[in-house]
Amino acid sequence: MTPRARLIGIAAAACLVAILLFLPLGLNTYGLFILSMWAVMSIAAMGLNLTLGYAGQVSLAQGAFVGIGAYTAALLTINGYSLALAFAAAALLCFAVGWLLGYPALRVQHHYLAFVTLAFSTLAYLVFRNEEWLTKGIYGISGVPRPAALGIDLAKPLPFYYFCLAILAVVVVAVWWLVKSPWGRAFVAIRENPLRARSLGVNTSRYTLLAFAIGSGLGGIAGALYAPLVEFVDPSPFTLLLSLNLLMMVIVGGSGYFAGPLLGAIIAVLLPEWLRAIQSYYLILYALLVMAILMWSPTGILGIADAWLERRRSIARSRALAEKTPTLASGEDA
Amino acid sequence: MKPVLEVEKLTKRFGGITAVDDVSFSVQEGEILGIIGPNGCGKSTLFNCILGQLQPSAGHVHVDGRNVTGSSPEALNALGVSRTFQLLQVFAQLSVHENLILAGQEHQGTMLRRLIGRRDAGLADAAAQMVRFFNLQHLADERAGALSFGQQKLLDCAMAFMSGPRLVLLDEPAGGVNLTMLKHLHGRLRAINEERRSTFVVIEHNMDFVMSLCSRVIVLAEGRKLAEGTPAQIRADQKVIAAYLGH
Amino acid sequence: MLNLVISGLATGSIYALVAVGFTLLWQTSQTINFAQGEFVMLPAFVVLAAMHAGLPFPMAILVGLVACVFVLGILFQRVLVAPMLKHGVLPLAVATMALSILMRESVKEFYSAEAQPFPSLLPDATVDVLGIAVSLQSVGVLVASVIAVTALQVFINRTSIGAQMQATAQNPTVARILGVPVERMILITFVINAVLVVLASLLVTPIYLAKFSSGEILGMAAFIAAIVGGFNQVRGAIAGGLLLGVVDNFAAAYLSAQYRTAVPLFILIAVILFRPQGLFGRSEERAV
Repeated sequence: MTPRARLIGIAAAACLVAILLFLPLGLNTYGLFILSMWAVMSIAAMGLNLTLGYAGQVSLAQGAFVGIGAYTAALLTINGYSLALAFAAAALLCFAVGWLLGYPALRVQHHYLAFVTLAFSTLAYLVFRNEEWLTKGIYGISGVPRPAALGIDLAKPLPFYYFCLAILAVVVVAVWWLVKSPWGRAFVAIRENPLRARSLGVNTSRYTLLAFAIGSGLGGIAGALYAPLVEFVDPSPFTLLLSLNLLMMVIVGGSGYFAGPLLGAIIAVLLPEWLRAIQSYYLILYALLVMAILMWSPTGILGIADAWLERRRSIARSRALAEKTPTLASGEDA
Repeated sequence: MKPVLEVEKLTKRFGGITAVDDVSFSVQEGEILGIIGPNGCGKSTLFNCILGQLQPSAGHVHVDGRNVTGSSPEALNALGVSRTFQLLQVFAQLSVHENLILAGQEHQGTMLRRLIGRRDAGLADAAAQMVRFFNLQHLADERAGALSFGQQKLLDCAMAFMSGPRLVLLDEPAGGVNLTMLKHLHGRLRAINEERRSTFVVIEHNMDFVMSLCSRVIVLAEGRKLAEGTPAQIRADQKVIAAYLGH
Repeated sequence: MLNLVISGLATGSIYALVAVGFTLLWQTSQTINFAQGEFVMLPAFVVLAAMHAGLPFPMAILVGLVACVFVLGILFQRVLVAPMLKHGVLPLAVATMALSILMRESVKEFYSAEAQPFPSLLPDATVDVLGIAVSLQSVGVLVASVIAVTALQVFINRTSIGAQMQATAQNPTVARILGVPVERMILITFVINAVLVVLASLLVTPIYLAKFSSGEILGMAAFIAAIVGGFNQVRGAIAGGLLLGVVDNFAAAYLSAQYRTAVPLFILIAVILFRPQGLFGRSEERAV
């Protein structure tokens, strides 16, 4: 990363943090709910970005993992287990299921993984809806508690919002650590050129499974946060549509860019709410906007910024080169 | 002394065509072996069979006396076998520095160590040394995709050496590289060979490059081994001259 | 039993029509059209709107056909697909997802959120097939689909445009060198797809009513049919569609309603695991 890009990145991050910390003080309950939901979807989208953007594996099951996480957390906390345990269980369960689901992905090529995960996504929804003994079917699990965490009461919307923000912050730091580690480097290598990666000793199967499982685990964490946020879990939010929506967030924000999913989630979660002012047309406008962004820049919003920075750099580089090159007037030998 | 690489009666058939036909040779430690031959003589297929990217139809490959016939590329790499590619195969989105670290990281520590340990897997110094060695230091933070063809070729070679390999297979390292760059590459390969006693097998079209770099040369024609000897012997071999002139 | 098979084949033949269009788009231009189901939903509403404006039913169909070929064929290809094609499969696929939302919501907002009855081309009667009373609807749907698919096959295999389309599908670069107008061939595929979805719409809507959300189920069924049959084969898509229709009907008759929709998915997973090139497909040679 160039110093300039790093500076812009740090400035943007600082602004975002400031807004996230102080904006909610002036918001009502619904506004806080939407912002909290943004944090939840950001976590899920960051997981998908790891799988898709970094490791290049197309998953259409991220929504199902959010669902699995939500049900796990709801069932555990309603039976009196702690929130921390609920998070751990949701993350681990989704990690394990993701790992298993990744195996067919190794057998088959590129877009077939999309198909396998698509089928899984729909099957998971059917299980949520039909296994009433566990999930209470279409009636859903109501009264999911918001247990206290670290002795802080989370029942009110504002503390819970800060709790969501804290979890998001932890995830952001963890994912940052991951993508900058040798693992992250191996993920990108698999995305760009698996054959070359193997010749450098990168165990592509293991890293692919890991990328998929970790991404799924983050979906589970998002779900575990969703359940106490909404205080109610039913099958209807966890259809294939959620997976497609998360995919849209990642691609629109900028797949493979660290902050892409955060931006994508702003567009997918917050924008429709702002557009509610124009009544029921908001989804139409939202769809048009997504298409417009993708037609303008298929690499997403951050792709635009990246291309702009890259262009400036290459201009600067050629200028520097021109200065170093002796001209006829200077009379020196090249 | 056991040869580093021993290829024994290697054969590869594609349907009715025999691309590599009963080829045997061995490479001793510290040696630079050249493999030359006209286009379509089976050089690349031979390489891909040795490196586990193709399954040989018959024959065996031994590295340090261990049978590695049909092993996966990553397993071979773990045994200290490294390679470069004929076409550009660097990771365009990663920086030069990152490419080099990637090339060595899987040889450092355990999986867990690679997650929670140093971001550079402890290879920052080695990578910096390598970019200086190949005279790429001014480009270390550049995206690899932004480099010129010749620079990417150098990077490709540099990556092959990051894991401290026992044996390096170079697939047309001189192809498409300009003369200045070629001399530079030639010198660097020689230096590594002498300093580290690395063993090389080089496939090349550029006769001068091979003849001046290699201590021994094998000539392939139509999938078979036509001749073997020192560069001087090969230059004088009537069969080789005939094959190259097409008679 | 036979009744189930015939009505299954009727449903399946509609799936097949939609799946064939889906496959054609993938073959010639690597477009995964997530809005394919909505493409089937829309024509019915255009016809309804035309009738609402006072046109007689046959005229309304004609208007629907022309309008949809223009919008779902030409405009879709020119405005959305063509500029995004060179940027790979995924951004375009996501753009078609957005398109499906747009179409669904627009119909809901500007027409109606309620299911609308749709006039049938055929009377609601039964005919005698091998001694069993079968609904005329089913037979009509089956016959119409068979005619359409046969006509398409003849077009692809017997005409020079068809041959050029196949060349485009197999290798656009080589086709271009050989002088095939690749862009026009892609456009023709999109027009064919538009005609197929209009036909599917006219056949399916009298049975299931016109509703803004009906595309979801149909699109999914066509998607699964296309994959099961082999993503790169027109023949496979037809077989996949028919298979899916029959399986669907049997599942509805013999399985609990709860996991009925799971059956096609299990078939899908089994096919991907054990025969990833599809039941009738050839393994893909082209690197995508």
